[in-house]
Amino acid sequence: MTETAGPDRVRSAEQIGLSAREAAAAPPPHGDRDAAGNGSPRNAASWAKKVDRLEVDPREGVRGTNVAGRRLTGPVQGFGKMWQKTYRMKAGSQIEPEQAITTWKEHFPEFWPKGNRFAGALTGINPGDVALLDLAIGGGVKLSTGVFVLYADAESFTLMTPQGHMFAGWITFSAEREGDETVVQALVLMRANDPLYEVGMTFGGHRKEDKFWVATLTALGERLGIQDPVVATKTTCVDTKRQWRHANNIWHNSMIRSVLQTIAAPVTGLARRFRHDKGTTKSAA
Amino acid sequence: MSAPAITMDVRRIGTEVAIVDIKGEVTSACEPVLMSAYEAASDGSTKRLVLNFVGLEYMNSGGIGMLVTLLVRANRQHQQLAAYGLSAHYREIFELTRLDEAITIYDNEESALNGVAR
Repeated sequence: MTETAGPDRVRSAEQIGLSAREAAAAPPPHGDRDAAGNGSPRNAASWAKKVDRLEVDPREGVRGTNVAGRRLTGPVQGFGKMWQKTYRMKAGSQIEPEQAITTWKEHFPEFWPKGNRFAGALTGINPGDVALLDLAIGGGVKLSTGVFVLYADAESFTLMTPQGHMFAGWITFSAEREGDETVVQALVLMRANDPLYEVGMTFGGHRKEDKFWVATLTALGERLGIQDPVVATKTTCVDTKRQWRHANNIWHNSMIRSVLQTIAAPVTGLARRFRHDKGTTKSAA
Repeated sequence: MSAPAITMDVRRIGTEVAIVDIKGEVTSACEPVLMSAYEAASDGSTKRLVLNFVGLEYMNSGGIGMLVTLLVRANRQHQQLAAYGLSAHYREIFELTRLDEAITIYDNEESALNGVAR
């Protein structure tokens, strides 16, 4: 099921929020704060600590470029129209929300469609983690980028994108009980990061992204033991305006950089080997 | 969804500025309350909207998403958004999500009014 609403229908916070499950959860008691109103709320540990620029360690199996030193980008920093996309799958009555999210977090990379790589921390998905991605974009080229774990608790987790990623925004993965059954959801709030991505998203990018997340949820459903999982997609344009002041985000475009890095790979590989050999010779001397 | 444990009162400062005093828990459940406050604060002459978070007790990610909604609406009306009274934790969340680049954060009401009046 797909629905597209007009820009005047600004979605409710429940629909637009980072985590539908968390959004609906009862807030903690006020005892988390001192008399002066200071202190941290109960879910403080679920949020990542503030970072200005991303730091990454090399990970096996991915190129790992276009992430280190990048800043995070939310919908405010993006260029294109603002979209909200919801992918929902009914998981039945036997699966608890916590179980679905635990499975999703522990096996997140395994649910990605073939040809795409997600290299996260070995410990799973925790607030503040940076995962490196290699995404198949055709022609044998991999788009190298990453994501930052903004929020993670037992029933949801939220990823935020860095500069150069296809979109600026958040993706929240959550599970909640609706009546007798558990519903698993991925919610994307995004703008294309720059004009080139906006063109790409308009001409097939959105469709490709929809297929990506439908395939991911289907794979999760199969892992959870659901017979013939069905994923419902809902797309809403929240803001039709493009933010031209952010057109220069294209400088960080990871697709352009990944293509250049692929072309330059033989040369940079030789240079790296030369430096390594030179260092080995010096050590021996 | 349970009734939101929040109140949002609107104070007008002159003809162009309105302050929304937020008291309680900002979650998606209080979206109707915030949007009512926004409607009340946003008559034809309002150019600046200041969110007072001194009474904020809790805000989750649904609340952050709601502020993005509010921001889109305010931008459509060519209104500025500012905030003050955020605790260190929530100020950090604003900075982490880079909402602070669209919603200017001040320490107190006086600086917020001076800031937006500049």
